[in-house]
Amino acid sequence: MESKFPGYRLLPYFLVFPSIAVILVFLVVPFVQAVIQSFYQTSPFGGVSTFVGIRQYRLLFSAPDYARSFLATWYFALLVILGGLALSLFLAVLVTRKVRGLAFYQVAFIWTYALSPAVAGIIWALLFDPAVGLGTYVIQRLTGFSMNFTIQGSSALLLVAGASIWNMLGYNVCFYIAGLQNVPRELEEAARVDGAGPWRTFWRITFPMLSPTTAFLVFVNTIYAFFQVFGLIDIMTKGGPGGATEILVYKLYRDAFIRVRYNYASAQSVVLFLIVAATALFQLWISTRRAVYLR
Amino acid sequence: MKKQTLYAAGLHTTLALILLGVAFPVYFAFVIATHTYEDAYAFPPKLLPGGQLWTNVSEAWTRTNMGRLMLNSSLVALAVSLGKIVLSILAAFAFTHFRFRGRVLLFPMCMVTQMLPLPVRIVPAYQLMASFRWLNTYYALIIPYLASTTGILLFRQFFLTVPDELPDAARVDGAGPLRYLWSVLVPLSKTNIAALFVIEFVYMWNEYLWPLLVTTNPTLRVAQIGLKMLLTTERTVAEWNVIMAGTILVMLPPLVVLILMRRQFAQGIAMQSTK
Repeated sequence: MESKFPGYRLLPYFLVFPSIAVILVFLVVPFVQAVIQSFYQTSPFGGVSTFVGIRQYRLLFSAPDYARSFLATWYFALLVILGGLALSLFLAVLVTRKVRGLAFYQVAFIWTYALSPAVAGIIWALLFDPAVGLGTYVIQRLTGFSMNFTIQGSSALLLVAGASIWNMLGYNVCFYIAGLQNVPRELEEAARVDGAGPWRTFWRITFPMLSPTTAFLVFVNTIYAFFQVFGLIDIMTKGGPGGATEILVYKLYRDAFIRVRYNYASAQSVVLFLIVAATALFQLWISTRRAVYLR
Repeated sequence: MKKQTLYAAGLHTTLALILLGVAFPVYFAFVIATHTYEDAYAFPPKLLPGGQLWTNVSEAWTRTNMGRLMLNSSLVALAVSLGKIVLSILAAFAFTHFRFRGRVLLFPMCMVTQMLPLPVRIVPAYQLMASFRWLNTYYALIIPYLASTTGILLFRQFFLTVPDELPDAARVDGAGPLRYLWSVLVPLSKTNIAALFVIEFVYMWNEYLWPLLVTTNPTLRVAQIGLKMLLTTERTVAEWNVIMAGTILVMLPPLVVLILMRRQFAQGIAMQSTK
């Protein structure tokens, strides 16, 4: 590429400097420090740091409550990602059918995106409140089961996942609609001419064409289920009952800022980083792979 | 023909029912916010609104000093979204209009920001704020958020579509790069600016963990933390009517912004998904 304004040698550096500075000072440096801290043990009243090698990690992986938190997180994340994406894809397919008057529905689901995880959590906590919740009432009437997420671990995890899926629905539907509108019609029509039914056309043509969107949404929903859901958990269950909804980010927060075990918490940060990095690379791999075989 | 109509009617009914189901939790929250404490605890739960909305709203408002919290959230969300727009326009301009060594940084920058969400650097980030003496200041709530690779990519993609004749003409007319950016590119980018504004305003208004950590002073708390404050009152049983009135207050600003700017938001999404 040619410079559009030759002669301005220093200007571009000034232009990118603010963004780079923010990323370095508030993202990169703290992360590097977290990695370093995870190999140290600092005395409770500050000051002395001793190098302890991988002791924090050994402690972490031998702690039963960390193993439980790990399992709860994966279970929760899988529910949110698989359930949420399946539901959103289904809705997006419905609203992009060639039927008059569906334009309204193409924007009618966006609004859940505007609700914060904390708001979603508080509304679902009301809806399934053991005493006043309409959801609890309906479930009791239909099945006879009296649900109480403040004492039943699996009810709590399911409800937290339900609230998350609901919260992310608008965002996911929006991206799937955009993705579906980018799928060339000719491909689907060609498949139909060749005698493929709608079901087959969808899974053989449309769904593979959507794989960059799906990969992107898997990444975004992973970030949501691992991190952004913090407010929802803090409001709805505080990790309870009995640690059933204490997902990794919530445990990290409690270990760092309630129990004040900074080094132990930093080791947890590093584990979380490895998970995010793997998901990000997976997304990158899927989206570049598609770009290649379209050529 | 008959079959087509039936299909359309079935589709419309299905979608309407799903939409009602999705909207129902918010409706129920609103209904509870309009009842007295006793009526909120009626069994089976009430399904129609009552007349106590304003009483509950003003109770929630005074109990948590909600005016102040909403003001803080507005200031922070506005400052962050405007700051992100400015910083990412500048960076995207550099990446698309100049040949310089730093150009190789674009891709690693984006990967790094994506891979470093707050929890993977939370303890040192918190200690950094303490060492800057930024705890309980607006600085801590605003400055760490200012870089946006979403924004840089959004503007970069748009700037690449601008024909070369425009900067050439500007140069011939004797305009420098900043002049060209300000009088030509920025006015052309209105849609992208609006799209980024909605995305970032909603995102920032809804931030929870970082504000919870870096502010303890009640005058610097944000609206999301107000929800936590409403939930933890002296009463042993939750006052759902007051809590829901507060919740509606807290969820309204981003909802209004999103609904008013839904077109720009959808365009922003479409641009992101084709990047």
